[in-house]
Amino acid sequence: MKTLIFTFLCVVSVTVIAAVEYRKFDSPQQEQAYQNLTNELRCLVCQNQTIADSNADLAKDLRRQVYEMLQQGKSQQEIVDFMTQRYGDFVMYRPPLKPKTIILWVGPAVFIVIGLVVLVIISRKKAAGAQSVALTEHEEKRIRQLLEQEDDA
Amino acid sequence: MLKYIIPLLLFVVLAVFLALGLKLNPREIPSPLINKPAPVFSLPVLGKPEQTFSPDQLKGKVWLLNVWASWCVSCRSEHPVLNEFSRTHDVIIVGLNYKDDARAGQQWLAELGNPYFLSVMDQDGRVGIDYGVYGVPETFVIDKKGLIRFKFTGPVSMKAVNETFIPLLQQLQAEAP
Repeated sequence: MKTLIFTFLCVVSVTVIAAVEYRKFDSPQQEQAYQNLTNELRCLVCQNQTIADSNADLAKDLRRQVYEMLQQGKSQQEIVDFMTQRYGDFVMYRPPLKPKTIILWVGPAVFIVIGLVVLVIISRKKAAGAQSVALTEHEEKRIRQLLEQEDDA
Repeated sequence: MLKYIIPLLLFVVLAVFLALGLKLNPREIPSPLINKPAPVFSLPVLGKPEQTFSPDQLKGKVWLLNVWASWCVSCRSEHPVLNEFSRTHDVIIVGLNYKDDARAGQQWLAELGNPYFLSVMDQDGRVGIDYGVYGVPETFVIDKKGLIRFKFTGPVSMKAVNETFIPLLQQLQAEAP
């Protein structure tokens, strides 16, 4: 049983290793830049994965591109520019603040404000409504009648 | 009355947005390369690897760059359309054989017909990156000045040929070189 488990683990670990790309970096800063960039760039084939997460062919090519550009001494900004020139702002998980993308940035805040305003208005109305629950003379009479009927019964 | 109208209005607004959302294609990403010069490349020609092709060889002409691969399933449905298009019209289609095996690519053309003026081999996908290719097939329309004027993502249909490509090509042909 032990050997079986051992063999199984060996096989599994080999397949895991096979999926990892080895990259040699000149410095920890460069490695950090590589991690930052590949976690910021969207894989356009899968759309909801970064190129660091995705195993799609295009993501592999883009990782290679990022790595090579870092090796050539390009800055992070230069690499981001390279990608957006080709794939547009969509390639960035955090799109730049532009007139075209402003709704993405301020939209959530606007909706929260609208929600809060509506909440305040509704709760104020409710509070105001609760105070004016005074009965009319006619209603009071009717209640007294009903209570008396009950007493009789 | 207002109590009923406000939720109704909210519902209508939401429904309109959702209906519009249904019609959008999330896979269609607008290319930032439109009206920009077609990226330069020089790649070996499929079947004649000793020859190379680069876009400036077609300067002064209107042409299409069609990204295809023998491993691409939707290219198979597009291929007859391109065959028909090149048979019935005077159109230059350059194939960008993207991340493909040269032999598999040649066999594909031998089997299914060759609508291309020529095809070039982009085996490591670098030219693909320069053109912002993210899904094969893709088709670019390049004008006489060498600018990309239009990009079509996905398999070209006969409808797209008749309603989009032919009018656009006519318009671009009429422009001064």
